[in-house]
Amino acid sequence: MTEKAPAIKMVSNKTYIIVWLCLLALTTATVSVAKLHLVKYAIIPAIAIATAKAGLVVNFFMHLKEEPWVLKIMLFVALFALTLIILLTFADTWYRYGLG
Amino acid sequence: MTRNNTPGEAATAHRVNYATAKMGMWIFLFTELLFFGGMFLLYSVFRSKYAADFHTSANELNIFFGTANTAILLTSSTTMALSIALVRKGNRQLSILFQFITIVLGLAFLGNKYIEWGTHIRAGIYPHSPGLEQMGRGKIIFFSLYYVMTGIHGLHVLVGICVILGMLFFTAKGIIHQGDFVKLENTGLYWHFVDIIWIYLFPLFYLIT
Repeated sequence: MTEKAPAIKMVSNKTYIIVWLCLLALTTATVSVAKLHLVKYAIIPAIAIATAKAGLVVNFFMHLKEEPWVLKIMLFVALFALTLIILLTFADTWYRYGLG
Repeated sequence: MTRNNTPGEAATAHRVNYATAKMGMWIFLFTELLFFGGMFLLYSVFRSKYAADFHTSANELNIFFGTANTAILLTSSTTMALSIALVRKGNRQLSILFQFITIVLGLAFLGNKYIEWGTHIRAGIYPHSPGLEQMGRGKIIFFSLYYVMTGIHGLHVLVGICVILGMLFFTAKGIIHQGDFVKLENTGLYWHFVDIIWIYLFPLFYLIT
């Protein structure tokens, strides 16, 4: 019975260490980019790097890569709902107060 | 529930339980996502309205502490992931050590937060403080969001630490083992989720000067 159980795929320790080093490198990158003082556009690389880091955590540490498609779709729906809420709110505030 | 007669049936039942337990955890994490999402929504709307105030307020935050805490939390996620892999390989002793390291790193994160908040409070910046009330509306909103979002995130870290502590005892007692590790796996999912929230909080509060 115990031999059968780990039929669920396993990520190797080496992969975990590589992902960890990538995450630390991306943290250094986001701090360095912030020092360039891109002012209004600083948000774009900041969010892009954060999303890359979140992607690494979700796929490798949270094993989404190995999960069935149902779970992937569920996550997509949750993220889509959040994006929609944010976009609709912005549509409202822009309409009322302008683009600021 | 039917009794499992053959090892094959037992293994199948185990895999089904494993999959459903994990899906339940993911659904809980979606509710957490929308919970934090609401606060990120407030942040983005107010930031677009008070862009200049948000930029100057962020100067009050210490990038060094923010970066250190990011590294601490990312490392703790790695040790958490490794502790699960170790249990699956049958090495419970080493798994317990990695769970312990994860707890220590979580406590280090909270310790840093304590020092940070302490510095702000001593500088007279805390909700409803006379110093903060005199600042502009944008600054008041920035610090309110800062305290609420990092506070609730910190609370999640604290809950995570308590849960990992429970898992550590389960692993030591043999309740979590090579053949049944879904409790630890789900704890890991929660811990990684809390890590992801910080991955976004860090640039949004510390790196917008």
